Amino acid sequence: MRFGIVVFPGSNCEEDALHAARDLFGQDADYLWHKDADLKGADVVVLPGGFAHGDYLRTGAMAPFSPVMGPVREFAARGGPVLGICNGFQILLEAGLLPGAMLRNRGLKYRCEHVHLRVERTDTPFTRAARQGQVLRIPIGHGEGNYFAPPDALAAIERNRQVVLRYTDAAGRLADAANPNGSVNAIASVCSASGNVVGMMPHPERACEPLLRGEDGRVIFESIIDWFRSAGRRALQPSVGAP
Amino acid sequence: MRARVFVTLKPSVFDPQGRTIAEALHALGYAGVEEVRQGKYFELDLATTEAAQARALAADVADRLLANPVIESYRIEVAD
Amino acid sequence: MPIDPQVLERHGLTSDEYVRLVALLGREPNMTELGIFSVMWSEHCSYKSSRVHLRTLPTEGPQVLQGPGENAGAVDVGGGLAAVFKIESHNHPSFIEPYQGAATGVGGIIRDIFTMGARPIALLNSLRFGDLDAPGTARLLDGVVSGIAGYGNSIGIPTIGGEIAFEPVYAGNPLVNVFCLGIAPAAEIVKGIASGAGNPVYYVGAKTGRDGIHGATMASAEFDDRSAEKRPAVQVGDPFMEKLLLEACLEVMKTDALVGIQDMGAAGLTCSTAEMGARGGAGIEIDVALVPQRETGMTPYEIMLSESQERMLLVARRGREAEVERVFEKWDLHAVRIGEVTADGMLRVRAHGTVVAEIPNRALTDEAPIYHRPASPPEYLAAAQQLDLDADARRRPSPNDALRSLLGSPTIGSKRWVYRQYDHMVRTNTIVLPGAGAGVVRLKGTDRALAISLDGNGRYCYLDPRQGAMLAVAEAARNVACAGARPLAATNCLNFGNPERPAIMWQFAEAVQGIGAACRALDVPITGGNVSLYNETDGRAIYPTPVIGVVGLLEHADRALTRSFSGSGDLIVLLGEGRGELGGSEYLKVTQGLVRGRPPALDLAAERALQLLLVELAEARLIRSAHDCSDGGLAVALAECCFDTQGTGAEIAIDAPGAAREAALDTAAALFGESASRAIVSTTGDALAGILARAASRGVPARVIGQTGGSAIRIAVAGVTAIDLAVDDAEQIWIAAVTRHLTKHAA
Repeated sequence: MRFGIVVFPGSNCEEDALHAARDLFGQDADYLWHKDADLKGADVVVLPGGFAHGDYLRTGAMAPFSPVMGPVREFAARGGPVLGICNGFQILLEAGLLPGAMLRNRGLKYRCEHVHLRVERTDTPFTRAARQGQVLRIPIGHGEGNYFAPPDALAAIERNRQVVLRYTDAAGRLADAANPNGSVNAIASVCSASGNVVGMMPHPERACEPLLRGEDGRVIFESIIDWFRSAGRRALQPSVGAP
Repeated sequence: MRARVFVTLKPSVFDPQGRTIAEALHALGYAGVEEVRQGKYFELDLATTEAAQARALAADVADRLLANPVIESYRIEVAD
Repeated sequence: MPIDPQVLERHGLTSDEYVRLVALLGREPNMTELGIFSVMWSEHCSYKSSRVHLRTLPTEGPQVLQGPGENAGAVDVGGGLAAVFKIESHNHPSFIEPYQGAATGVGGIIRDIFTMGARPIALLNSLRFGDLDAPGTARLLDGVVSGIAGYGNSIGIPTIGGEIAFEPVYAGNPLVNVFCLGIAPAAEIVKGIASGAGNPVYYVGAKTGRDGIHGATMASAEFDDRSAEKRPAVQVGDPFMEKLLLEACLEVMKTDALVGIQDMGAAGLTCSTAEMGARGGAGIEIDVALVPQRETGMTPYEIMLSESQERMLLVARRGREAEVERVFEKWDLHAVRIGEVTADGMLRVRAHGTVVAEIPNRALTDEAPIYHRPASPPEYLAAAQQLDLDADARRRPSPNDALRSLLGSPTIGSKRWVYRQYDHMVRTNTIVLPGAGAGVVRLKGTDRALAISLDGNGRYCYLDPRQGAMLAVAEAARNVACAGARPLAATNCLNFGNPERPAIMWQFAEAVQGIGAACRALDVPITGGNVSLYNETDGRAIYPTPVIGVVGLLEHADRALTRSFSGSGDLIVLLGEGRGELGGSEYLKVTQGLVRGRPPALDLAAERALQLLLVELAEARLIRSAHDCSDGGLAVALAECCFDTQGTGAEIAIDAPGAAREAALDTAAALFGESASRAIVSTTGDALAGILARAASRGVPARVIGQTGGSAIRIAVAGVTAIDLAVDDAEQIWIAAVTRHLTKHAA
């Protein structure tokens, strides 16, 4: 399958995503420049981590206006799988493709460390190879990962089962000390109502090799590869204006 | 004309920076400062000379980019 | 304005230097020219006090691709790749404005690396602050760490390690030394050179403002209570602009349309034009009116001396302008042509066509003054070196209490609060995370990895600068070897006081001698670095603090080692010998409040043998962990080996060294003495014979001192249990060592 990894000015995890997809999982992968007008045949779109446009106004605030985001929106609307990692998650929130917003970490500091995450949904294209309730150990690296949604929106997110991952302790239990940034309901990852757009603060591409002393991120890549094998392009709605 | 846009977190949204500043002020002995909310301030130099137009343009810009309506609200002042 | 003594003083020039300047120029300079000379002849740019000493350092070896003199050094790491690296100080700006000072320090060293055509892949830093409990230290620490994080994290280069020490002498003059390493194809290293008359000179990056004017001369002057007034001279960093410049410059370098490139760091446009011209034996002519400006009404003097950040000067090949401009446009940057290379060797500055400065490049660079400043040993030295343990060490804490105190001291304790603010995993190369030993990054596309360690011990250097500097080189190389990497080369950052004082100059000269001797013996040539002088506040100098960065090569990334034991039942082997040396130790400082004695002895041949042995044992997979014994001695090193293992303990028995007459003190010397050339390794029983045989053949003392297991750190000295501490308790003390001094929210 073909990974399209979007590069905004200020992105800095695009090489890591490309390395994982291409070198570790043997998939076709290429960059999409933020000024590109199409997705060059990508089967999955990844918005990688970084500081798009410097994150100077709010994290992810300016990237939604990049030309490439038009085709990304259209791809998402057709059911195409879109994964936003860290800054990519922040961009999906600002673009309105996912519900909620990000605040500064509760402790005000950037945090880079391994965290534990409990899988809450296994029917998204990015978690279908995981077990319900499985605990993953994957690194985070962010200063604004304090997920927030107003009470009624939050209730809807929970009701629609849009939470994909939550911060827990190693045993999969919710605990305030295991929540690295103060996210409401310990939310580390959410998906769109239809499930094909997923945003996550942890970096699965940083945990795919024994050399990096962690392989729990592999399940995210294995899921999307498996999704493509079993559903793939057939799952997409025809694009508007297609013959 | 010049428009000033003040963006702040909505009252219901917890502001960890504001809280930290308030606590630092309390530690410095400013017991009279009860709460601090931190925000952002933008100055827009606008081509228009019409106050109403300036206000409408500033509001458009704030809605579209300067503020995130999920967590933030804004206030606009227009001056010559 | 007439050039009178006051004007010269404001420019940091002596009257003798002015006479030299007039002779070189053949006339009186105008103000713009005076400003240009003043920054180029400042200590920061000219190394006028240090140059005669630096010349004695070893800088060559088959592994060295680029020695000192360029933007950074480079070594061959095999597979057609070069590691490009350098360390630099940003001490003064960080004291005045900790966040921006540290951030722009990181920005500057990153530019030095990517201007060589290398993709930066790792950052480290070496920091010194006053006592953590002293007023202001926590704020400085917080600001510096936030600044390093804010810049490095944004730009996406992992900060993989470093060191931090707290000593009262740094209270008014913290040290912020930042290191960056990048990787380039060895055949494609780019230089800071201007050549080819008629080739266009481009300016790219942030616009020029009045920030940092006279930053270079500020970095060469002592602090006093007027420093606060100099606040506007501190620059503000823009990591996003730097990220764009980084990507665009690396992309431009892939074309061969580029002749040379240099960043505008200290002394800005002046230094970059003069140095690039001098290196290429050419001249450069620019028109300052073409320089993009952020402020209005800037004079040629201000434009030439501005230290606005994130700006690059590059020379392109004539006829290839469009290619260069197109790459920068892609990144929304605008390369502006501000002049061209000439054949006459002059730096010629015009303003709207009118010549406003005209100086031979060589007068600014090669002809800058060089001083053989007088040097004599400081008065404090003889007394400070005297140590009679039995008489001077008056307190007798139990060994358990002493170990607790040492583990809980901020210098030894865990720096997790610091490094978790740094993105240390971006680029997915970091195979040894911070806090576990030397930083190790694998080189994608190869089996190899690089290990990097920064070390320096100001207290040792205060007590004996030559010996302390040798120990710093040895420790940095040893740390790299403990990770399993063969030390390749070194970079140095020399932080000292006012060189116009003979005692400081003596410290400097001695330290450079020590570095040279150690680098020669350990085969780690110096490929570059930085000198930071005038580190004084109100006439009180810091400890002389040479910081050494050593880069080492692992042939197999998957054989990298950390300090932590691998589980229960392993044998613990001590390589090298403890001699109970407590002079200048953490033990004396923390438990006795003493800074006395001579630092530990160092046999460079024995050190070299130990390092080669460590590399050999790691490569042969005979050991499962390795850790150097340094600050806090064997007991602290052993405790650290037990940390991050989920509570694996160790049972150890060692001899008494006979370092003190009193038994209790001798036990302390055995546990906490800081004898050099030692490492603790762990291994399975079946590998032991191989280890002992290889050690014997290299002449390195090696013996089993215990084994891993249980949940306590137990050490018997001469048959008597001295330490018995639960690993969990010890680890809690160690983890809280820094955070317990900080406020609730900062922690």
